[in-house]
Amino acid sequence: MEHPKEDFVVLETGNCLMAYFEARKISKFFGGLAAVNGVSFKVEQGQIYGLIGPNGSGKTTIFNLINAYFPLTKGEILFEDQKISGLKTHQICQRGIGRTFQIVKPLKRMSVLDNVIASAFLRVRRKQDAVAVAEEAIEFCGLTAYKDKLAKSLPIAMRKRLEITRSLATKPKLLLLDETAAGLNPSEVEQAIEIIKKIRDSGITIVIVEHIMRVIMSISDKILAINHGMVIA
Amino acid sequence: MKRVYVPLALLIVLILFPLVVTDAYYQHLMILVLLWVAIGSGWNLISGYTGQVLFGAAAFFGVGAYTAALLLSKLDVSAWWGLPLGGLVAVLIAFPFGWICFRLRGPYFALATLALNEIFRHIATIWESLTEGMVGILVMQTFISKIPYYYIALALAAGSVIMIDVVTRSRLGYYFVSIREDQDAAESMGINTVYYKMISLCLSACVIGLAGALYTNYMGFIDPKVVFSLHDISIMAILVGIVGGVSTVYGPAMGAFIMVAIQEVFRSGGFGLLVKLGKATGWPVMATVTKYVSEAHVLSFGLLVIFVILYLPNGVVGDWSTLRKTLLFWKRETA
Repeated sequence: MEHPKEDFVVLETGNCLMAYFEARKISKFFGGLAAVNGVSFKVEQGQIYGLIGPNGSGKTTIFNLINAYFPLTKGEILFEDQKISGLKTHQICQRGIGRTFQIVKPLKRMSVLDNVIASAFLRVRRKQDAVAVAEEAIEFCGLTAYKDKLAKSLPIAMRKRLEITRSLATKPKLLLLDETAAGLNPSEVEQAIEIIKKIRDSGITIVIVEHIMRVIMSISDKILAINHGMVIA
Repeated sequence: MKRVYVPLALLIVLILFPLVVTDAYYQHLMILVLLWVAIGSGWNLISGYTGQVLFGAAAFFGVGAYTAALLLSKLDVSAWWGLPLGGLVAVLIAFPFGWICFRLRGPYFALATLALNEIFRHIATIWESLTEGMVGILVMQTFISKIPYYYIALALAAGSVIMIDVVTRSRLGYYFVSIREDQDAAESMGINTVYYKMISLCLSACVIGLAGALYTNYMGFIDPKVVFSLHDISIMAILVGIVGGVSTVYGPAMGAFIMVAIQEVFRSGGFGLLVKLGKATGWPVMATVTKYVSEAHVLSFGLLVIFVILYLPNGVVGDWSTLRKTLLFWKRETA
């Protein structure tokens, strides 16, 4: 039996070393203002990757670039060895990157369950299946008590949690969490941390933007600090 | 179970209606109501459920109507073929329109649909070699009796209500409502918003186009002023939706009934009551009153919309529980 050639093995190791998710020198200019300027980072599978920085430093813009809410000015983004920059927002979600919004965007005049069913339909066709997926996600995030409430009637902590639930229902491999603990009281923050850890344990890679240092220090495997759209640490 | 029984009972009543009520005038009114149920349902799908307000329902209605009429006058094909084709042509119009105009959001999209309406009205007016312009097109009616038209209109109305019911409880319905509630959130939930808005618009256009083609067959005469009318078709479609209840399955049906009834009460001067009153009393002032009342139906629509917005913001069907409570309370008070 023939053994694989030496260089083939090397190539394979090279592939393994390649990051699960990688941003290469991404930049975004709004007119002359560089909101994000040449930021590069790599995220390994199963990690919780933290992004920190002061207000206006470009953290949310990075999310908006990853999920193609804005087009990139320069650079490229790779996910699972494939280039995803240039795809549309919904296509990126189909590839398995879910996100939550810092300024929550609940579908207000729908019940919590319907909110989550709508996003569960991404992976399943039949309604029964979508309901099952949605109920599982709601249970996972502890929103069961609010299931039949209208999304607009929820308090902020639950709205933040609904954001997470809704993106989980799209069965993401990578989840972008944008300030999910902002505006929560200490006990709600604890619950949020628990949920984020649970999501990580279920095998989903997470990139998180957070202001509350206690949150980010206690859960992140790796942290990137940015200011003025550039990496500082 | 109530969900099935009540509409079923209503359907049976509607099926029996022309057999019981043989007066051609009331049959005519019911045909109009059924046509408006279809148009209102079409409007409701794109505007109520998907949240893309359509100000130009008459564009699709008129295109459907003209398709049927032109088939007969130019190609000598029975205008009945216009029924399926009217729907199809309306979709063909909706497709490029949506593809271009769904880049616009909210009120800008609504204005674009208004423009579409006007574009087609002008085309139909100016292109005389094809459409006969303001002279209009005459189509001989196939049946003298109103009953065949009644059942076709009933089929169309029931079909459109069932279509809405099925669509809104499926994946499509969830996507449409998600787009209405927040387009950015919908995008990040993996919904291709442009694609699903197109589906919604095409379904709506198809239903409205079918209604237009049926109108040609039934009325036997169309001209640009009638079928591309902004206030008699486009605005009426919106009123039917709002009065009945936006984004409710049975709202347009209720709205159609109320709107046609009000229009007719005013147009006929309280079903001829005012004329009789004028004759009985012999007051000359009654003739003037009758004249003004019969022209005041548009004004009455305005008043009705104000009333609905103030007291029943979700329409008669949408606020049914509130309405019933109020009525019950009122009855108890007076008893």
